[in-house]
Amino acid sequence: MDLSSIDPILLLASLMVAATPIVLAAIGELVVERAGVLNLGVEGMMIVGSVLGFVAAIETGSPWTGFFVAAFGGAALAAVFGFLTQFLLSNQVATGLALTLFGLGLAALLGQGYLGVKAPAFPDWHIPLLGDIPVIGPIVFQHDPIVYLGLAVVAGVWWFLTKTRAGLILRAVGENHEAAHALGYPVRRVRMLAIMFGGACAGLGGAYLSLVRVPTYAEGLTAGAGWIALAIVVFASWKPGRLLLGAYLFGGVTVLQLNLQAAGVAIPVEYLSMSPYIATIIVLVIMSTGGAPGSLGKTFHASR
Amino acid sequence: MLRRTLMATAAATAMLGGMAVADGHEPVKVGFVYVGPIGDGGWTYEHHQGLLAVEEEFGDAVETVFVESVPEGPDAERVMTQMALEGADLIFTTSFGYMDPTINVAAQFPDVRFEHATGYKTADNVSNYSARFYEGRAVQGHIAGQITETNTIGYIASFPIPEVIRGINAAYLHAKEVNPDIEFKIIWAYTWFDPAKEAEAAATLIDQGADVILQHTDSTAPQAAAAAANEGGANIYTFGQASDMIEFAPLPRVSSIIDNWAPYYIERTQAVIDGTWETSSRWDGMDTGMVEIGEITDAVPADVKASAEAMIAAITAGEYHPFTGPINKQDGSVWLAEGEVAADFGDDGIAGMNFYVEGLTAEVPQ
Repeated sequence: MDLSSIDPILLLASLMVAATPIVLAAIGELVVERAGVLNLGVEGMMIVGSVLGFVAAIETGSPWTGFFVAAFGGAALAAVFGFLTQFLLSNQVATGLALTLFGLGLAALLGQGYLGVKAPAFPDWHIPLLGDIPVIGPIVFQHDPIVYLGLAVVAGVWWFLTKTRAGLILRAVGENHEAAHALGYPVRRVRMLAIMFGGACAGLGGAYLSLVRVPTYAEGLTAGAGWIALAIVVFASWKPGRLLLGAYLFGGVTVLQLNLQAAGVAIPVEYLSMSPYIATIIVLVIMSTGGAPGSLGKTFHASR
Repeated sequence: MLRRTLMATAAATAMLGGMAVADGHEPVKVGFVYVGPIGDGGWTYEHHQGLLAVEEEFGDAVETVFVESVPEGPDAERVMTQMALEGADLIFTTSFGYMDPTINVAAQFPDVRFEHATGYKTADNVSNYSARFYEGRAVQGHIAGQITETNTIGYIASFPIPEVIRGINAAYLHAKEVNPDIEFKIIWAYTWFDPAKEAEAAATLIDQGADVILQHTDSTAPQAAAAAANEGGANIYTFGQASDMIEFAPLPRVSSIIDNWAPYYIERTQAVIDGTWETSSRWDGMDTGMVEIGEITDAVPADVKASAEAMIAAITAGEYHPFTGPINKQDGSVWLAEGEVAADFGDDGIAGMNFYVEGLTAEVPQ
C-alpha cells in the first residue's frame, strides 16, 4: 500500500472531469422531470450524442462543431420522444425505454467506420491568474471548457427555475398540468421545450465522453451513464445544487476506487462501486414520496 | 443491452439460391456468442474476424449467426438456447464467463457442438480452446521494462481469473528481468468492456506515474487516453490488446498481441461438415500463429526491438517458455526450480494460475 502515490490535487481534478458527463445529462433530465415528464431515454440520447459529436468532430476537425451537432442530435431525438408522448399520448416509461434501445442501435449503425479513431485534441483551458493559484488552480481552473459549461448550465437552471417567471410556469406545469392548463399556460409547448433541452444536455454529455473523457468512440460507450444520471436526479430530489453534489459524489467514488487500487489498497472495490447507489436508495427512503413533481410521468390531454 | 442477430439479406438470398439448385445439403449453421460489441476494436472484433473468415472459406456451405454484447451469466444461457433452437450445429462461446452456461446448454442439446473460449471444462459435445496470450505478455514485459522512464508500469486488468493473472505474471517476470527496479500498478476494472472506465483507469495510472500502460480489457479507450496524455506533453507507451490497434501507432501503441482465431474456426467448422468433430482442448500460442505480435514501431529503440524479436523467435520455435524457473510465488515459496518449465495443468499448472509471482506487491483480489 502506498497512499503517497495518490496526488489529492490530481484526484480532485479528475473527479470534476469524471462527473461532467453525468452533470450534463442529469441537469437536462432534471428540467424535463420538473416539467412533469419522465424521459427514460437519457442513455439513448447520450449515446447518439456521443456518436454524432464524434463523427462531426472527426469530419470537420473541430470538437466545438462536434459538441454543437451532439446537442442538436440529442434534442432531435428527444423531440421524437416529445412528439410521441405529448401529441400521440404514448406511455412515457415505455417510450423512454424504447428511445434508449433505439438510440443504442442507431449509434452502433452511425459509428461504423469510426471505430478505433482518436478524437481531435481538445485542449484544457489554463485560465490566467485563477489557474495559477496553488492547489485550487489545478483542481478547478485548468479544465476543458465543457467542464465549465456543465457548471454554468447547472447554475443557469437553478436561476431559471427559482428566479424567473418562465421557470415558475415550468414548475407549475410539472406540479399540476391541469391547473396550469386552466390558467392558460401552454402545457404541451412548455413540455416539448423542456424535453428538447433535456435531449440537448444528454447529447452534450455523451459527446463529452467520446470527445474528451475517453476520447474515442466505441459501441456501448456510455455503459449506463444515462441511468446513473436518472438516479442522480432522484438523489438530488429535483434540486440543481444537490444534483451537482450527487454527480461529484459519484464521480469521486469512481475516481477514488481506481486510485486506491493503483496505490495497492486492498479494499474490495465492490463496496466503493456500490456506495453511490446505496446513497440514492437511502435518500429515496428518507424523502419518502415528497419532492417529486406532482404530475411526473402522467399523460396530459386538454380535454380531461 | 444491445442485442442483434445477423441475418443479412445476402445470406437469405444465398439460402434461397441454395434451395433452387437443390444440392440436398443444408448449410452448416455456425453461431457465435460475443461478450462485447463487434466494434470494440479488440477481443470481440477479432472473434468476428474469425466469423468472417469462416464465411469467406465456406461460402454457401455455412450460415453464420452471432449475438453481441451478451452479459456473462443467465442471459448467455438464454442466447445459446435460442441459437441451438434455431438450428445451429456449432456454437462458439467466446468469453470465460460463458463456461458454465455453455456446459448447461450443451447438456440439453446433445446434437449441437459447442466450443468455449478460455475456459477449462469440456463435455461430450463441448470443446474448449484458448490462446497462450502469456507468450505475448512476456514480449510486452520485455519491451516495457526497457522503455519505461519512471520504472512504473500500469496494468488495466479485467477479472481475477487465471488467464489475466497469468498475463500479469508473464509481463512482470520479463520486465523485472530487464529492469530490476520495475514496479507494477494494477487496476481491476471488473469488466471486459467499458470504454469510459478503461480510459479512466488509464488516466489514473498515468497520474500515478506509470508511463507504460498494459491492458487486458477489450476496448481501444486506454490507447486513446494515452494518446490524449501524449498530446498534453506526456510520453506514454501502450500495447494493443487482442487486436492490432494499429490506428494508435507509432505512439502510444508500440506493439500488440493479436489473437488470430480464423484458422481454428475454419478447422472446427470443417470438422463439423466432415462429421469428424470430437471433443478437444486446444491451447495454441505463437507456434501455430494463434498468438501474433503486432509490428513493433520505431518508437522502440532498435536494440530493444531486436531482442524482443529474438524472444518471439525463440518462443515460436519452442526453445523458450516464458515460465521457466527459478520462479518463486509471491509468498516466497518455490514455484519452479532452476530450469524447470511450468506445466500446463495440475496443481501448480499455469492453466489454473491464481497467485502472483514474487516481487509483485499487490494482492490477487478474491
